[in-house]
Amino acid sequence: MLIKQLSVFLENKRGRFTEVAKILGQADINLTAFTVAENSDFGILRLIVSDVDKAIEILKEERYAVSVTDVVCLRCPNVPGSLAKVMEIITASEIFVEYMYAFSQGEDANIIIRPDNLERCVEVLKANKLVLLASNDLYKL
Amino acid sequence: MIWNETIECMDRDEMRKLQGIRLKRVVERVYHNTPFYRRKMQEMGVTPDDIVTIDDIVKLPFTVKQDLRDNYPFDLMATPMSEIVRLHASSGTTGKPIVVGYTRKDLSIWSEVVARCLTAVGVTKQDMVQVAYGYGLFTGGLGLHGGVENIGGTVIPMSSGNTQKQIQLMHDFGSKALACTPSYALFLGETIKDSGIPREDFKLKIGVFGAEPWTENMRKEIEESLGIKAYDIYGLTEIIGPGVGGECECQNGTHLWEDHFFPEIVDPVTLQPVEPGQQGELVFTTITKEGMPMIRYRTRDLTSLNYEKCACGRTSVRMSRILGRSDDMLIIRGVNVFPSQVESVILELPEFEPHYLILVDRVNNTDTLQIQVEVRAEFYSDEMTKMINLKKKITSRMQSVIGLQPDVKLVEPRSIERSMGKAKRVIDNRKLV
Repeated sequence: MLIKQLSVFLENKRGRFTEVAKILGQADINLTAFTVAENSDFGILRLIVSDVDKAIEILKEERYAVSVTDVVCLRCPNVPGSLAKVMEIITASEIFVEYMYAFSQGEDANIIIRPDNLERCVEVLKANKLVLLASNDLYKL
Repeated sequence: MIWNETIECMDRDEMRKLQGIRLKRVVERVYHNTPFYRRKMQEMGVTPDDIVTIDDIVKLPFTVKQDLRDNYPFDLMATPMSEIVRLHASSGTTGKPIVVGYTRKDLSIWSEVVARCLTAVGVTKQDMVQVAYGYGLFTGGLGLHGGVENIGGTVIPMSSGNTQKQIQLMHDFGSKALACTPSYALFLGETIKDSGIPREDFKLKIGVFGAEPWTENMRKEIEESLGIKAYDIYGLTEIIGPGVGGECECQNGTHLWEDHFFPEIVDPVTLQPVEPGQQGELVFTTITKEGMPMIRYRTRDLTSLNYEKCACGRTSVRMSRILGRSDDMLIIRGVNVFPSQVESVILELPEFEPHYLILVDRVNNTDTLQIQVEVRAEFYSDEMTKMINLKKKITSRMQSVIGLQPDVKLVEPRSIERSMGKAKRVIDNRKLV
């Protein structure tokens, strides 16, 4: 139920993300989702990709600083109020969210969450009958 | 092992006598052969007759780098040019380079002092020594080269650069010792790690590093990365090149070969000798050189001298680690900052690579100090808070050591240029205004 997310450290310079996108594209690696956290000097690019191992290998070869983090991805209906329900469950279980991002697709919305306590988060979400995606589901999107 | 026991372990009173005799001779030579020195001595009302013992050295005028530029290229030679068998020159980042000339005897003194440095760190005639200092006008390459040949070791005259080849030959030939700048040693260590060749496949045991100031932390870094013992070799072109002094296996100060290069420490402002053991500017008089002797040459290097006998048995004076070159000192918002202080902070924090760039500028009439550093691979995080905390940690440590708050910029891996020779670690854009 855990998904591997790549994080790439990038300086805030013109063309850095372009470069990463190009390298992954040339290696035939697809991006399912991404987000960028940034401050004035640097950014952390977080990526969900179709082939994690290959992506790490080629990014390292190109001397990028890459790390892998486990995250969870849950699916909920793409309707008003459904995110609030999910968040209430998480908050009530005293799980702290380090960061999260989301993308919607027709009737579904997919939310990627990096909680402080991964195991507990998975447990709670499952107990509340929420749909967690496995890597295979996600990479097929 | 000691190369020249008679000299290196000489009784200190004997040494002072020898230095006195040699000083008198060199002063006579320059007074009669070099108009520059004669003029300066006459201005001070000093003649060679005033020099009797080594204590009389304080009567002599100082020489500074500008004097070498003013007398470019050959006006400071104390022998006819026909006696000069080799020329070297400094890189000279600004204006004219500094040119030095060696007689045949000067070259033999040079290979003698380098032989002492190499022997003091355990290099013998059985050993293969890879010289990765630049060859050419720079004194590093040929200086080490002569010393290795003198002790009968095998020189691999690699010169600097061509890093892949350096590693290949180091591996295939089985180099026991490496001589280069400390920053290049770090880069070689990093490249060996990347190459995937196990460190056990190398025979490297000894590093002889110099030509730029380095810190104790950098020594640890190099020793760990290359699996060797790293030693300082000190020198400057104006005096002879590398080999003015070198560390012994005790790694407790750099032994100066004072039978050839007489050291003094003076207050850089008043130019008066400091109390023994106190810190100040290092000044050398070359008491045996023929081609281009230097009288009381101000090195700009800040250090102190220790006259106690070393555990290795040598009695020769030891110089403590160079705090910095007064030329390298940056004055930022009125605060004196040495690049060596910045380096020591970076090296004591395990989260950062030992490579950095200091950028100084002036924005709206205020000096700015930016320090670029690379985070080590294992310390990158997907969490912004952790990355920002890393930045805060190094910033506050810098502030407490250098006394002002720098703008620390975390940069991507390998984005700071690795140097093959002397590392360029400071860019001061204020000078362009």
